[in-house]
Amino acid sequence: MRRSDLGPGVAAAIRRHGEETFPHECCGALIGRDDRVTHAVALPNTTEEGPRRRFLVRPSDYQMAEKQASALGGELLGFYHSHPDHPARPSQFDLDHAWPNFHYVIVSVMAGVSKVMTVWFLKEDRSSFDEGELNGDENPDSHPAASVHG
Amino acid sequence: MATKILIPTPLRPYTDKQEAVEASGATIGELLTDLTTRHPGLKAHLYNEQGKLRSFVNLYLNDEDIRYLQKEATPVSASDTLSIIPSVAGGSR
Repeated sequence: MRRSDLGPGVAAAIRRHGEETFPHECCGALIGRDDRVTHAVALPNTTEEGPRRRFLVRPSDYQMAEKQASALGGELLGFYHSHPDHPARPSQFDLDHAWPNFHYVIVSVMAGVSKVMTVWFLKEDRSSFDEGELNGDENPDSHPAASVHG
Repeated sequence: MATKILIPTPLRPYTDKQEAVEASGATIGELLTDLTTRHPGLKAHLYNEQGKLRSFVNLYLNDEDIRYLQKEATPVSASDTLSIIPSVAGGSR
């Protein structure tokens, strides 16, 4: 299983962005190296199809994200976006527009509060996504704490 | 005649991790045919099942979006640079 290791503050920044833009979708770039994400860079959602259920990173912002990744000494690893009042699972629209090899982090924002966060990777044959292992997100909705005995 | 093509990060695994490669052709269409022949892994991610360029694949000849030129019939020369630049899109439903 592929994995995303979110560095300090990354998950919190994604959650904050999703809550700020609610009920609209937020989006941003994930920068780091190998499978470790060190920076989440917020980008404008430029969709013209209704930002409550769509996001679009235009080519000029994509280029800016690649340049920023280089400037930070890392690579562009992928993108994040929010699903307002919807589960953190990729839609058919996500699948139709996905790029290979990228980390796709999705955070569900329910009634304005960020909940489950997941990460997905496009299968090589583009037939579906594989869910990855997301580390570094302390939110209890994503990683239920073990019950304490004693 | 070889023209330089800039490859975005998610497609570099199909070009031996190279950021820039070369391909030959008199038009952008010919260039892309040569590119996907040399690097077959690119094809499924640039073209849909109908053989059309995917809508979120943007091609810029130097700094011009080819949609505003002659699209895939746009002539190219060795001094040109073709950039493949993604749009990234998605949504909850």
